[in-house]
Amino acid sequence: MTKSINITLKVWRQKGPHVKSGFETYPATDISTDMSFLEMIDVVNEQLTLDGKDPIAFDHDCREGICGMCGAVINGRSHGPEKGTTLCQFHMRHFSNGDTIVIEPWRAKAFPIIKDLVVDRSAFDQIILAGGYISVNTGGAPDANSIPIAQEIAELAMDAAACIGCGACVAACPNASAMLFTSAKISQLALLPQGRLEAANRALAMVRKMDELCFGNCSNERECEAECPKEISISNIARLNREFIKAGLVSSVK
Amino acid sequence: MNRLTNPLGTSVGKKLMMAVTGLGFCCFLTIHLAGNLTIYGGKDFFNSYVEHLHSLGPLVTLAELGLLVFAAIHIMTGALLFYQSLKARPIRYSVNKRAGGRTLGSATMPYTGFILLLFVIFHLINFHFVDKTNITTFQLLSNAFANPVYIFIYTVAVIIAAIHVSHGLWSAFQTLGANHPKYTPFLRGLSIVFSVVVGIGFGFIPVYVFLLL
Repeated sequence: MTKSINITLKVWRQKGPHVKSGFETYPATDISTDMSFLEMIDVVNEQLTLDGKDPIAFDHDCREGICGMCGAVINGRSHGPEKGTTLCQFHMRHFSNGDTIVIEPWRAKAFPIIKDLVVDRSAFDQIILAGGYISVNTGGAPDANSIPIAQEIAELAMDAAACIGCGACVAACPNASAMLFTSAKISQLALLPQGRLEAANRALAMVRKMDELCFGNCSNERECEAECPKEISISNIARLNREFIKAGLVSSVK
Repeated sequence: MNRLTNPLGTSVGKKLMMAVTGLGFCCFLTIHLAGNLTIYGGKDFFNSYVEHLHSLGPLVTLAELGLLVFAAIHIMTGALLFYQSLKARPIRYSVNKRAGGRTLGSATMPYTGFILLLFVIFHLINFHFVDKTNITTFQLLSNAFANPVYIFIYTVAVIIAAIHVSHGLWSAFQTLGANHPKYTPFLRGLSIVFSVVVGIGFGFIPVYVFLLL
């Protein structure tokens, strides 16, 4: 049964970077509970446009939970209070008539606000550029199965590779640390033989870049794994720590 | 030297120093508690433990110096990590809600740590930097805990220490890379058990001494 609810939105409005900004309140009337959260904002934006106001800017792309573009903090929870979902997969049926919803952008020094709920997450790209890849020389493509990899290891690598880089871990971390993201990217490569070759350099370079970008320090609060839409485990952070210890204190890599 | 200090200067390196020194303090707490429990053997038993301990002479001084160095590293690194993490989110959220990861211990680490520092100074002034030529340690203890204010301060401090280690112990293992599907749940449980043991073990000593009077 389709149901409609009336809610009130308190949305962070910011015209651009470093502009004085604050919360604006908008009514959202006759919202179908079958709508996703983003569809609800679409409806509100249509009304705002008709009223001659600036629509709420927010990031989105695939709207099926796999691209990592969307994300906002809904009533203090990254991607809303549902476990293992992105904002686009979070539905209005989780709200009741008359609710007030506070919508804030990801808040971190490393994620400067571009407009309203849109933040610049290119810091993640810079961490990847620092070492989140393997170097492959040109030549004939090797056979896919030429290096045997145990099923459990392949699964662990895939679990880490499920990271869509949405930034919810940073947003949810009380310290605004990017350790879950960085550890997922280090793990997906460190677990596989192809990635082992550059593991030491990678661990050092990616951690250094992460620090340089002014992310906070991990203090094992575990909020990141609780909010991650792909449910990436903090066992990856422990793997990052192991890789870092090996690289920084045992290997001769600079 | 740079090639060693550079890794230690990163966020992960600083956390490693916190973990190693923190585990050192957990070991110290265990030994300190084991020694203090001799109080339940009576006044003479306790005083003889203190005498035996102090008869170790240079070994005690060495341990004290070690603890001092560990404390300096733990406090300075902790303060730096706290400051950097505050700076990493210049604009805070207007609504804060936990997703289920944070605990009382993890959320209060810098604050409980700071209070513990004040307490340790207070504790050392009371029991370490005092003239013990004409007084036994037990007398010192019973003089202090005859005062209910001291009992209150010590009880609060011990509860704060218990909260601090409830997150600190398992967290140190995680930082050192020791996360395992079989052992991590055990370690998390052990942290809670350890914090309860620390809380009850140290917490009842002032009360016991007071009741003995």
